[in-house]
Amino acid sequence: MAAITPERQAPPSGFKRWWNRSSTTRIAWLYLAPAFIVMGVITFYPLIYQVWMSLTDYGIKNLRFDAAAPNFVGLTNYAQIFSGELPVAIANFNFWNVLAFNLIWTFTNVPFHVIIGVLIAVLLNVKGLWFKRIYRAIYILPMVLPSLVIAVVWRNMFDSQYGAINQGLSAITHLFGGDPVTTRWMDQVDPIIGTFGTALSLPLSYFALLICNIWLGWPFMTIVATGALQSIPGDLYEAASIDGASSRQSFFKITVPLLKPAMIPAAVYGLVATFNLFNLIYLMSSGGPLRQTEILVTTAYRLVNEQRLYGVAAAFSIIIFFVLLILTLITNRITKATERYDA
Amino acid sequence: MTTSAPSLPTTRAAQPAVHKTKKKRELSLGKQLLYQVMLLAIAFVVLFPILWIVSLSLDPRGISRPTELNLIPPGASLKAFQAVMDKPTNNPVTFAQLALNSLKLALGVSVFSVLIGVSAAYVFSRFDIPGRRLLMLMVLTVLMLPAIGTIAVLFVLLNKVQIGPTPADTLRNSLLGVGFAIISGALPFAIWNLKGYLDTIPRDLEEAGRIDGASHNQVFFKIILPLAVPALAVTGFLGFLAGWTEFALSWQFLTRPTDFTLAMALWNMTGQYAGQVPWSNFAAMSLLVAVPVAIVYLALQKYIIGGLTLGSVK
Repeated sequence: MAAITPERQAPPSGFKRWWNRSSTTRIAWLYLAPAFIVMGVITFYPLIYQVWMSLTDYGIKNLRFDAAAPNFVGLTNYAQIFSGELPVAIANFNFWNVLAFNLIWTFTNVPFHVIIGVLIAVLLNVKGLWFKRIYRAIYILPMVLPSLVIAVVWRNMFDSQYGAINQGLSAITHLFGGDPVTTRWMDQVDPIIGTFGTALSLPLSYFALLICNIWLGWPFMTIVATGALQSIPGDLYEAASIDGASSRQSFFKITVPLLKPAMIPAAVYGLVATFNLFNLIYLMSSGGPLRQTEILVTTAYRLVNEQRLYGVAAAFSIIIFFVLLILTLITNRITKATERYDA
Repeated sequence: MTTSAPSLPTTRAAQPAVHKTKKKRELSLGKQLLYQVMLLAIAFVVLFPILWIVSLSLDPRGISRPTELNLIPPGASLKAFQAVMDKPTNNPVTFAQLALNSLKLALGVSVFSVLIGVSAAYVFSRFDIPGRRLLMLMVLTVLMLPAIGTIAVLFVLLNKVQIGPTPADTLRNSLLGVGFAIISGALPFAIWNLKGYLDTIPRDLEEAGRIDGASHNQVFFKIILPLAVPALAVTGFLGFLAGWTEFALSWQFLTRPTDFTLAMALWNMTGQYAGQVPWSNFAAMSLLVAVPVAIVYLALQKYIIGGLTLGSVK
C-alpha cells in the first residue's frame, strides 16, 4: 500500500514497471522451479530419452557410460513387439494375447469390486445393526496391508500341497469322505472354462488371482459407497416406503442412482489401478503358467529384467502409454456421458 | 447430488405416528440375525489370510511347511520372529540393515516429494501464469505412465552415472538411484494430489491476508501450509508406502546385499528362491513388513481415502 505514494511522485522506468507488474508471475515461477528442475532431470528427460531409445537396438553392450551408442533401427522394435519376433526369443510371447488378457483381467475385476463393495456398504448402512463399528474396522484390513505382502501371502495360500486354500477344501471334502484336494492353482496349464478365441484361454491361476484381487479390491469401493450412502437423506426412503415401495424398489430407484456419481469415478480409478496391477500378478502367479496371466506391465518388466532388451522395453513402455491413453479417453467419455444422463 | 434430491420428502412430511412405530423396531430380530450371519461370514473371509499368517508366525514348532489348517496354534512363541531378525536371508545382511534401507528409501521419497511438490501444487492451484495449463498437462501425462513403464530408461540412464571408485559403483546400483527412480513417479503424483486438496481450501482466508498486506510468501507459509497439513501427511504417507513396499525397481537395480530392502528379502522367502525357508519365518517377515505401515494407515485412514479419491478424480 505504502508503495503507491512514491510511484505517483515519480513514474518508474519501463523496466521497473514491468518488474513490479510481473512480481506475482516471478514468485509463481520461483515456487514451480524446484519441482520442475527435479522432474526435468529425472522424469521428463528420461521420458524423452525413452522415445529415442525405443528407436534403437539398445542392449547390454551399450550399458556402460563409455560404451558405443546403440544403432538407430527405426520402428523395428515396435514391429517386433507386434509380430512377436523379438531378437531374444521369448517362449509363448504374443503381444495381442497379453493385451487381451490385460483387458479381460481389468474388466472382470472391477465389476466385482464395485458390486460387492456397494452391497456390503448397503448392508453395513442398515439402521439398528449391531456391531457396525467392529465390522467396519475389520473390513478395512485388506486396504491396510501392503499389496506386496498380500500377494506373497496369497501365493503361499494357493500352494497345491501346503496352502491354506487346498487344506481348507480338503477339510470340507474329508467330512464327506473325499480325498484331499490337491488342485494346482498356479501351475495347471489347461483352462478349466471354455476358451475365448483360439489362442487365448483363462487358466486356473487367473481365477486364483481374481479371488485374491476381489478380496483386495472391494473395501475401497465400500468406503466410497458408504460416504455416498450417508449423504442420501433418509427422508427419501421414508417417503418411498409410505408410498408403498418395496425395499428392492427403493434400492434400485433411490440408492443406485444416487450412488452413481460417487461410484463411477471410483470405478475409473479402479480400472486404471487394476490394469497396471504389477505387484499382485508378478509376485503371485509371475504371469504363469506359460505366460497366460501376463499383463502389459509385467511383460515390460521381464523385457528389462530377464531379456535385457532395453530398446524393446522402451518401445513396449510407449505402447503401454498409448493403450492407457486410449483407455482413459474412453472411460472419461463414459463418465461424462453418465454425468449428463444424471443431470 | 443435492440437486437430484427431489422435494418429495417435504411435500409429504412423514406423520409423527408412522415415525414412532418405525423407531420401535428398526430391525426385526430375524433380520438382525440374518444380517449378522452374513457380516460374520464376510469378516471370516477378510480375516482368514491374516489369521493364517499370524498363526503360522506364532507356531512354536517353527514348521517348515504347514500340513494342516490351524487357526489357533498350540501354544505360541515368537521364535520365528527371532529367527527372521537374526538371519533374514542367505545374504550377508542383517535385519537392521534391511529395515534401515527400507526406511531410508521410504522417508527420502516421502519427505522429498512433499517438500518440493507442495509449492508447485500451490502455483497450480492459485496462480494463473502463462503456460500453467501446459505444465499441468505435462504432469498429468507423466501420471498416466505406470512406474514400470520407466524402468528401462531409468536403468540405462542411472547406469551411466558413476558415483564410486569402481565402474560397478553406478548411481543405478545404489539406494540413492532407486530413490531417484521412485521420486520420478512419486513427485508428479504428490503435486497432483496436493493440488486437488489445495483447490478445496477456500480462498477467503488468503484474500483477507493479502488485503492485510501479507506477501505471497507469507500467505503460503502462514496460511496455506498450516491448512494443508492433513494433505501433506497423507501425501507423505503415500510416498512412504511407495518407498517402503517398492519392489520392482530395487529388484532390478540393486546388486549389493548391503543395499537390499525388506521388500526384497520378503520376495526372497517366496517361491523359487525359498527352497529351505520355513513358512513360519516367511509369515513373521510378512508381518514385520506389513505392521508398521498398517498402523500408520489406520491412524490416517480418514484422510487417505478422501485424499486418494480427490487426487485421482479431479
